[in-house]
Amino acid sequence: MTTISLYELAHARTGDKGNCANISLIAYQPEDYEWLVEQVTVDRVAAQFAHRKPTKVVRYLLPKLGAMNFVLDGALDGGVNDSLNLDMHGKALSFHLLAMQIASK
Amino acid sequence: MPIFAVGCGAGFSGDRTDAAAPVVQTLIEWGGPAAIIFENLAERTLASHQLTKRINSQLGYEPLLELELEPILADCLLNQITIVGNFGAANPEGAAKVIQALAKRLGLPSPRIAIVVGDSLAGEAANVLLHQHLGEQFDQVNFVCANAYQGAREIADAILAGAQIVVTGRVADPSLTLGPAMAYFCWSNDNWNALAGATMAGHLLECGAQVTGGYFADPGLKDVPEIHNIGFPIAEIEFDGSCIITKANNTGGLVNARTVKEQLLYELHDPAAYITPDVVADITSATVTEIAPNRVRLSGVIGHPRTNTLKTNIFFDGGWFGEGEISYAGPNAAGRARLAMEILQKRLGPIMKLRFDLIGLSSIFGDDDNALLSSAIKNPVRSEAHDVRLRVAGQHQDLKIIDLLLREVTALWTGGPAGGGGVRIAKRQRLSTQSCLIERKQLPAAFYFLPNE
Repeated sequence: MTTISLYELAHARTGDKGNCANISLIAYQPEDYEWLVEQVTVDRVAAQFAHRKPTKVVRYLLPKLGAMNFVLDGALDGGVNDSLNLDMHGKALSFHLLAMQIASK
Repeated sequence: MPIFAVGCGAGFSGDRTDAAAPVVQTLIEWGGPAAIIFENLAERTLASHQLTKRINSQLGYEPLLELELEPILADCLLNQITIVGNFGAANPEGAAKVIQALAKRLGLPSPRIAIVVGDSLAGEAANVLLHQHLGEQFDQVNFVCANAYQGAREIADAILAGAQIVVTGRVADPSLTLGPAMAYFCWSNDNWNALAGATMAGHLLECGAQVTGGYFADPGLKDVPEIHNIGFPIAEIEFDGSCIITKANNTGGLVNARTVKEQLLYELHDPAAYITPDVVADITSATVTEIAPNRVRLSGVIGHPRTNTLKTNIFFDGGWFGEGEISYAGPNAAGRARLAMEILQKRLGPIMKLRFDLIGLSSIFGDDDNALLSSAIKNPVRSEAHDVRLRVAGQHQDLKIIDLLLREVTALWTGGPAGGGGVRIAKRQRLSTQSCLIERKQLPAAFYFLPNE
């Protein structure tokens, strides 16, 4: 199986609320969206962020925007007030998602 | 078709103070009815300002307030551009007095300044209410402040009553934009679709440059022209709540479908239910369309009735946070940085939990239990990095323990591995937080005008 980095097909942005991170994933090309939906599943994303020990990962689909929204509960080591991370907001985490390899179309 | 334009002058506490002037100039050149918002309150900011107010009761508002408003105050007052900001933070009346004094210093007529209150929960009744909602988690001894997210209605009413400037404490960020739009279009409290549309316009504006190419640029892939001079956004809001997002004239930056989509989903959970004090917005049917360079239309946002509760954030003293760093470079840099890490773990590990980062190998993707770092160290390629900065961080209720942590990092200069340099240490007070939902009827909001001097 040949693989491709998610970074080549989509862009992403992280936001935070308390101890919860959300990461949007937006297809560059509308024709890639269905493939991304098939490949970037809740299980794959939960595995990618396993070291962050999220208590729950939820995926929302926004086909009209060619986008998905992943919500990772409990993934910020307590969030902006409690985390010992340099990046207590988790701002950089979108690029950890984009670093994921998926199967080529 | 009537349009109401809302520009953004700041997206967080500490944002660039030269960003608002081009926005105001653009609104003046356009010539239609307009407002400018200043969003200065992240989740933790208000509690930090409350700590400042404890030391000096005159303070507790946005510290950059005068720097923010001085470049634009005269132009806004002269051109009927309403100013709305949550720069009141922990002391809205204090902020209003600063603005009054600023107007006087600039030789301007005294502006009509309204102050929105009702967000702050303080006093005995508030203690009872918070205890009811948090139970044993309400730690009255270490309580710092509690603030409910209020909505747009009181902002709108203040403007309808003649306010030229509206100062708030905690309100939901999009309500800063919705308030003046509600006043202009005379929207009722249950015009859900319009409220939802303008709420999402406010959501797109509230982080300033984040919708105009900031937090977005990736050279070679997502290039942003003249990003050093990035322009702040303007939303042209229509009667049905749809909007066009654009930016200040003669600035750099970029508004396109990509920047708008990223910001639309920023800090959003369920896209069918974005809950604010004013409305529950649903963007699952929304469309984002590029209609011209730097002009993107958002339409199709649906609104549902607002909830009966207001989100309230409660902050407590959380002890102390400390961190220190030291760098190693050249042959076996990673090995020396790891040795320094082991020294700290052996000396301090028994008394406190430590988070480590090896900047250059693994830092911000990692977790506070050092799991990712441990696997990065085992990776032979990455572990050969030749420029590595060790960082250690910890928290403790006792400041003496944090001071010990900082001294131990400093002691790596003389008692640690070879060639260690660039020690930096820092400590700060921690705030811990809880949040809960409280019935809105228990938290009435209101506004009043600052009396003229």
